[in-house]
Amino acid sequence: MFPDDFLAGVRTALPSLFGLIPFGLVAGIAAVDAGLSPLQAIGLSFVVFAGASQLAAVDLLSQDASLAVVVVTAVVINLRMAMYSASIAPYFEAFRRRWSMACSYLLTDVSYALSITEFAEESGTDRRWYYLGLGGAIWAVWQLTTVVGVLLGTGIPESWGVGFAVPLVFLTLLVSDVSDRPRLVAALVGGTVAVVGAAWPLNLGLVGGALAGIVAGVAADGGDA
Amino acid sequence: MTTTYGPLAIWAVVLVVGVATFAIRYSFVYLFGRIDGVPPRIEEALRFVPAAVLAALVAPAIVNPGPTLAATVLDDRFLAGAVAAVVAWYTENMFATIAVGLLALWAVGATL
Repeated sequence: MFPDDFLAGVRTALPSLFGLIPFGLVAGIAAVDAGLSPLQAIGLSFVVFAGASQLAAVDLLSQDASLAVVVVTAVVINLRMAMYSASIAPYFEAFRRRWSMACSYLLTDVSYALSITEFAEESGTDRRWYYLGLGGAIWAVWQLTTVVGVLLGTGIPESWGVGFAVPLVFLTLLVSDVSDRPRLVAALVGGTVAVVGAAWPLNLGLVGGALAGIVAGVAADGGDA
Repeated sequence: MTTTYGPLAIWAVVLVVGVATFAIRYSFVYLFGRIDGVPPRIEEALRFVPAAVLAALVAPAIVNPGPTLAATVLDDRFLAGAVAAVVAWYTENMFATIAVGLLALWAVGATL
């Protein structure tokens, strides 16, 4: 039913899918905990399909942050994907437009990281099928776990403290991203400013922390070079 | 906490974030051949976006400055977060981090 290269893509994605399950569950649970309807929670995963930004948006919505802060924060988190887009663009060039759009929609940290290594090898793999298998598997697991999370979330009492799972997801992503000293500096400065500014209006602590962290990271990197 | 925003505002957030995210993903695929790629200085800054933003999101949820250092550290979220950070560092496993972090939060909450 599916071409071999599609299945090869699915196989490549398999190990990472297990890591995706708790993330998707938390995305669903947190969305309904924040007061989104099941349809809105599922719609968020379907339309945005980017976990960290979804959780940030849901988290800020639950705090009744201004809509501008919700949108800007979620979008800034996804800006890193511009790098993936630039890096993978040469391989999508041969696809018809509708396929290059579909493949772009499926672009995530994991689908990029896993496919770019295969693409760089001239192995004769059908790149479109391979990428669709890989990205499609990630997409399907994300949608499915979100739905399960939504169903669970409507049944879990808030007193269980499951809301704390959201910062724990961010913490896991943060720890795996902090792979060198400049990134550590960016995280320390960003986190400190955000804590100091936690009570500032308009979530300026978050925005200021993010900006200060980026500047500090760039400065630390320049100092190293 | 629960949002007081109505369905219209929430759907607007879903759509705007979704369209903007797709535009980011599709940007250089669409522009391929017309521009060379991300300018080096922007790329340099983008590298630090995840660390800075994730830290700014997670730190206020874990660190709640009290009147003294002891009051800040002897806080259930701080202690649970510290335990979870150690687990995240050694395992890089999201499920383990969430499970241990939540258990630690309950355990510390029952102890303090």
